[in-house]
Amino acid sequence: MLRRFGNVVTLLALVLVQVPMIALTAVMLLLAFALGMVFLFPPQVMMVRELAELNRRLVRDWTGIDIEPPYLPPPLPPVPQADGMYRSERTLYRTPRVPAWNNRWKWLVSDPATWRDEVWLLFDPLVKVVLLPVLVLFPGPGLRLYGRWSRWLLGATAAGRLAGQVSHLRRTRNLAADSQAAEMRRIERDLHDGTQARLVAIGMTLGAVEQLVETDPGAAKALLAKARDASSETLTELRRVIRGIHPPVLAERGLADAVRALAMDSPLHVTVDVDLPHRPEAPVEAAVYFAVSELLSNAARHGDADTAIVDISTDGADLRVTVTDDGLGGADPARGSGLAGIERRLAAFDGLLALHSPPGGPTIVIMKLPKVLPDHWAGNLPRMPRWKSVTVMLLWATAWCPTFPQGLVAAVFKIFGVEEKTWFLALHLPEPWQWPVILGMVSLGVIMHVMAIRIPAAHDRGCFMAEAQPGKPWCP
Amino acid sequence: MSVSRVLIAEDLYLLRDGLVHLLQAHGFTVVAAVESGPELLKGLLELRPDVSIVDVRLPPTFTDEGLQAALAARKQMPGLPVLVLSQHVEQLYARELLADGSGGIGYLLKDRVFNAEQFVDAVRRVAAGGTAMDPEVIAKLLARNARNEPLAALTPREREVLEAMAEGRSNAAISQRLYLSESAVAKHTASIFGKLGLAPSDDDNRRVLAVLAYLNSR
Repeated sequence: MLRRFGNVVTLLALVLVQVPMIALTAVMLLLAFALGMVFLFPPQVMMVRELAELNRRLVRDWTGIDIEPPYLPPPLPPVPQADGMYRSERTLYRTPRVPAWNNRWKWLVSDPATWRDEVWLLFDPLVKVVLLPVLVLFPGPGLRLYGRWSRWLLGATAAGRLAGQVSHLRRTRNLAADSQAAEMRRIERDLHDGTQARLVAIGMTLGAVEQLVETDPGAAKALLAKARDASSETLTELRRVIRGIHPPVLAERGLADAVRALAMDSPLHVTVDVDLPHRPEAPVEAAVYFAVSELLSNAARHGDADTAIVDISTDGADLRVTVTDDGLGGADPARGSGLAGIERRLAAFDGLLALHSPPGGPTIVIMKLPKVLPDHWAGNLPRMPRWKSVTVMLLWATAWCPTFPQGLVAAVFKIFGVEEKTWFLALHLPEPWQWPVILGMVSLGVIMHVMAIRIPAAHDRGCFMAEAQPGKPWCP
Repeated sequence: MSVSRVLIAEDLYLLRDGLVHLLQAHGFTVVAAVESGPELLKGLLELRPDVSIVDVRLPPTFTDEGLQAALAARKQMPGLPVLVLSQHVEQLYARELLADGSGGIGYLLKDRVFNAEQFVDAVRRVAAGGTAMDPEVIAKLLARNARNEPLAALTPREREVLEAMAEGRSNAAISQRLYLSESAVAKHTASIFGKLGLAPSDDDNRRVLAVLAYLNSR
């Protein structure tokens, strides 16, 4: 209770900061927009953001109401053009300073959260005054009420969240496209310098054989043997290239066996523990495979390790990969390009890499690829609650009744003028009611059938898409 | 040597045809040349060929259809001689093929077909219940075992003999390849078995399996 009063006092004391800040804001905005002193705008926005952030933190600590920061992600640093100049609108700059500042200004002006912050700042002292009686008399509910008000203007909007996601996806897509393009260039180089050159040499040797075969059969035979060896070498080379593109074991057996094969080829003593109920999608498998491959070769090459442990498991819909080795440790992602490469590969799946490598070892690398597995594999998915299952079963058990006997069969009886009424409800009613009831029964039956299919489908769409059949429209 | 009945499973027409001609030219009878996994399994079980040459990747799934068919058939008929061909060799597959401990198994890269003499020799060895492991598999096996105590104690010559032996060659073949007398090879073999702590055996096939089992157990 006493602590709550302390909170309320702190909250009210903040008004002493807010009121001067409102005055300052008014002056700065006036100067920035009316008198053209644009450079005052960013510091003003940052000042308000600081205060808003403080408010979010206090509300979270006091009431547990979590207010997500709504700001759009900052603009990416400007990218130089082919001629090394930086473009902002129609002007070219030698250094990125001015374009970066312009982008930052536009980012702050265009973000709706900036203006919501200002509105919040303007009205917040007023709200505190209005809420004063509640805050003093009932500090608990009062603080919660105040938290709601804060969340209304300081929290993220659905549009803001979506914009953040879009910008994040665009960034990861660019990263993925970049690394794919780099891979393509590497493969092209390998094929061009290795395989292609060797095939040209074989072709030339065969041409020489053609000329020699009648005049000097002995030399021709020797050249043929050389051509055969060269073709064998070309195949070895091609195998290496193919392994770099998509290892054959991965295609043939999937991630678990491919990682086991890696472990066998490694000079280390590697223990592999894979716990996957099914095969993940091919791109995920490839990313994990290459990551593990890189880590094992790092451990052998730089870490001087003897043993390593690879553990691949699921955590709900997340894929977790842990690689531990007993090497020297001291691995640093900033120095080795290998770890950076893995991070780039994982970034396409929002994957994270955590490295723990103290000098002297052991090195532990944990990679997490969130939400890359279909939910229904995880097994911990909320199964349909009992009432839903019972409803679906009841629907299947009874839907036939309005559809067929009470609906369609009654309609047939009526069309053909059959005298029999049996237990068909509609036929026992007065004439004008009969057709409406029959049609109503058919509609009811159709609705019940549709519901019986829709309820499980809507409950877990992923599982429904993967497992249900038109003849068995539910997910086990 | 009596004429061997061979079954060939390979989905590429050119290679299948080439294998048929090559083996017929060396006195084998080709009883069937199939191109998919189910056909292969049926052929192995019904025709019981003296030796089969099987590509790992076959239709319909183009994964490891051929390998699975070979393993399934050998489960029903232990020791059914199968020579597996592939574009790439994996220790994982080699281990699976050797796991049942009976002989009559081969695992070679497809390029080994280029050298007809050696390839036909490997086919004959497998048909006779021996082993034919690709040098690349053996090289990887030895590389993985490089730091192990007993293997590190071998002399370079002994390592060469061990390599050739692990590929499945007989003493006579090893002596020819390494330009040694047969008695020298026998001496090296005895020394290797002593250093690795394996029981010596006069039977070539059993000896090879013992060496492979030893290397795989590490």
